[in-house]
Amino acid sequence: MLEFTQQLINGLSLGAIYALIALGYTMVYGIILLINFAHGDIMMVGAYVGFFSISLLGSNIIVAMVFAMVTCALLGVVIEKVAYRPLRNSTRIAALITAIGMSLFLEYVTLYFLTAQQRVYPASAFPLHKYEIAGLVISNKDIFIIVSAVILMIILQYIIKRTKTGKAMRAVSLDQEAAVLMGISVDRIVSITFAIGSALAAAAGVMIGLYYNAINPLMGIIPGLKAFVAAVLGGIGLIPGAMVGGFLMGILETLVSGYWSSMYRDAVAFGVLILILLIKPTGLFGKNTGEKV
Amino acid sequence: MQDKKRTWGKFILEVVFLVALFTLVQYFITTGILNRYYQINLTLMGINVILAVSLNLINGFTGQLSLGHAGFMAIGAFASVIMTTMLEYPFIIGIIMAMLAAAVAGFIIGVPTLRLKGDYLAIATLGFGEIIRVVLQNIDYTGGPAGISGIAKMTTWPVLFIAVVVTIVVIVNMINSSYGRAIISVREDEVAAEIMGINTTKYKVLAFVVGAAFAGLAGALYAHYFYIIKPETFNFLKSFDILVMVVLGGLGSTTGAVIAAMFITVLNAFLQEYAAVRMIIYALILIIVMIYRPQGLLGNKELTRKSFDRIWGGKHVSSTNK
Repeated sequence: MLEFTQQLINGLSLGAIYALIALGYTMVYGIILLINFAHGDIMMVGAYVGFFSISLLGSNIIVAMVFAMVTCALLGVVIEKVAYRPLRNSTRIAALITAIGMSLFLEYVTLYFLTAQQRVYPASAFPLHKYEIAGLVISNKDIFIIVSAVILMIILQYIIKRTKTGKAMRAVSLDQEAAVLMGISVDRIVSITFAIGSALAAAAGVMIGLYYNAINPLMGIIPGLKAFVAAVLGGIGLIPGAMVGGFLMGILETLVSGYWSSMYRDAVAFGVLILILLIKPTGLFGKNTGEKV
Repeated sequence: MQDKKRTWGKFILEVVFLVALFTLVQYFITTGILNRYYQINLTLMGINVILAVSLNLINGFTGQLSLGHAGFMAIGAFASVIMTTMLEYPFIIGIIMAMLAAAVAGFIIGVPTLRLKGDYLAIATLGFGEIIRVVLQNIDYTGGPAGISGIAKMTTWPVLFIAVVVTIVVIVNMINSSYGRAIISVREDEVAAEIMGINTTKYKVLAFVVGAAFAGLAGALYAHYFYIIKPETFNFLKSFDILVMVVLGGLGSTTGAVIAAMFITVLNAFLQEYAAVRMIIYALILIIVMIYRPQGLLGNKELTRKSFDRIWGGKHVSSTNK
């Protein structure tokens, strides 16, 4: 039982990271029905920005995270403007292929300039402490990751539920044409959505750097895919769904690695995805909608 | 009668052309004009053509975005090697088993996932492709992550040539048959097709299974040329490679897929030492083609003799060469 609780705690911080990435997926999907394949790679860029601001500028972890978030928010807006906006009215497949292209582009441009070499997150940025409470071990890293993820989620909830921009975002996601008629600029809202989603991904990137200690240009692919699974698990397009789905995926993954084999943890994530899609494609929190002709 | 004669004439012309092409390349190989380096690229070209044409059947003609093609290739590669290297059956049995195994896998994966739409299907097939790879990495019988080595080289030019021709002939004839029209109608408008009484699931699965079988064939040819196979070779980046060929050539154009597969193979050969640059170029191809020409370079048009006539200002022909 103790071991199980320990696994749950380990899974929580990973789950918090997945939840942050999943939020970006789900927000973008909710607004323009696009699976932003490049989202995991934006996270990777965030991890690198965080890394360089710690190692080159000597900033602390919070400043590094904010810096990464701002950079990636801009990157997200630019990607949307350049690659996705021209395809807003074309087929879903065309948009998806562009997103795959964007993902490859970010990965290999980074690989080209920074080489495939693993970079180790500077330990000085975050001295590791381990606390033992009633036989359970928890590190200050885990606490930091969980707490900052929760704070970011609260801020996001505030923006979406309480501000005018958030209201506009909900309106666009509900009915784009009606939103336009109400005087909402869809382009602006889409840009803001990409900015917020990418900033959350960047924060997650810095956290992944802390969690795994090492970063490389292809690190975004697998967490990106798993976060996507998390978003689908919770019901894609739904913000609370992404949060719950993220935590569930993180916990599931640590349980699989802990009790079975870490070789299978990626396969299990995809297995979960396929099961949900077959049993309840709308996800845990989704409602069924009929197909319109 | 006249039509029949013309079809026969066309058929004979095509056979003559194919035999001439085959003999010419065979002559170059035996005289050593095509050295080992060119031969490797020629083989890769053939394998890529098979992969691109078969994926085009799924992505281009049926309109179902599949990102797991490398997984079927892996199944074909491993199935054929188990038959030839481990159980010592002849290569032809290996090829047949490769196609059967990939087709069965295609069926098992296709039946549940093809109920999904567009982007969900893409992710689900990507997931299955990765699951196939992870499972292969964990089977001790096939050497785990290290894979199998010491495979006899059996993919010769005649085998490769026949495989490519058979793939193209089967898929082109399938598309021109009533099956093909049903498949295309699914792509154009699934709901409308269903209302017209087409069992959309059946045709989607059929296209998926046929596409998977030919990917298995490509896998078998690949395994028996390069001496060694590892599960890692068939990861989702390999699937993206094939997707780039299909997108570049035109979603729904077999000649486009063939030309793009050959072009990408040549590009790969030139950029072999610059892997990152190669992938950046691929990425730009995907983005730019989608933004400026979402239907691919050739769209759903085929390059035929008629189109050459038109390009070179020959006889004025009507533009009904779909």
